Amino acid sequence: MRRSFPFACGLLLAAVPQLSMAQGSGPTPELANRQLPDPAQEKAATQVMHALRCIQCQGQSIADSDAPMAATMRAEVRQQIAEGKKPGAIRQWMIERYGEWVSFEPDMKGSGLLLWATPLLLLLLGLLIARGLFRRKS
Amino acid sequence: MGAGMSRPWLLWLPLAVIAFIGGLAIYGLVVPKDDMVHSAMVGRKLPEFALPPAAVGVEGLSDRDLADGKPRLLNIFASWCIPCKAEAPYLEALKKSGAEIDAIAIRDKPEDVAAFLAEFGNPFRRIGSDSEMAVQLKLGSSGVPETYVIAGDGTIVYQHIGDIRAEHVPMLLKKLQETQ
Repeated sequence: MRRSFPFACGLLLAAVPQLSMAQGSGPTPELANRQLPDPAQEKAATQVMHALRCIQCQGQSIADSDAPMAATMRAEVRQQIAEGKKPGAIRQWMIERYGEWVSFEPDMKGSGLLLWATPLLLLLLGLLIARGLFRRKS
Repeated sequence: MGAGMSRPWLLWLPLAVIAFIGGLAIYGLVVPKDDMVHSAMVGRKLPEFALPPAAVGVEGLSDRDLADGKPRLLNIFASWCIPCKAEAPYLEALKKSGAEIDAIAIRDKPEDVAAFLAEFGNPFRRIGSDSEMAVQLKLGSSGVPETYVIAGDGTIVYQHIGDIRAEHVPMLLKKLQETQ
């Protein structure tokens, strides 16, 4: 039993499809870390970046991540803002490639609706319970 | 007068809540976790791109090369990626079985790609160099290696995430055939 444990661990590891975590080396796109000359545009770009999820390091926004993929995504966002694209359209562009998952601001539909509605439902439930409690006291 | 007296079903409520939370925990344990980000581009046309050759002596790759009427595989790899080395024999097997394979090298240097091909073989017709990952982003690809099945008209039919293993070879060949 004890001897088979490392073997079992190895099997488990082998069963997981591997995506490489190494990063290689390549040029960082220029707009990844250089601000746009127009402060208003840069502000809009930054807002978009904070609302997009990094594909490589899944908990971080692309604004916060040092991963090469996040750099490429930041450059893409700045590029599209500089071209005059609206933030909503850029968000949609990313969703068309990576699905809803890439956005930190899920749409109000499907399971996204549940996310938005749950706090309201809980609040309603709390109010009902509170009402019941106060009634009984008086 | 407690709530439990007038509404006996309320007694069961805490148990139901705990059972629900316990059920979630068991679900999380039993159902395998899928951390992969799947491309939303499957079913759509390839984005426009034109990449330079990834090494001396190979040809670069554009979306037009992939839309020449014949279904083919598009492998996303890198010389620095270890699973890419592991899947090399299976790419070779796919080629031997008649699959045409093009490739995109991610964040790579020509000399590194050349060394990789020399050591692990070159089953590719063309290899484009995506040093800034710009094409990878357009493809909705999230890492290396990945392998796409591309229809003759340039439509992305299927995305395989992670290294190709022995069991994936017949599956990919079947997808290619179904794409004819």
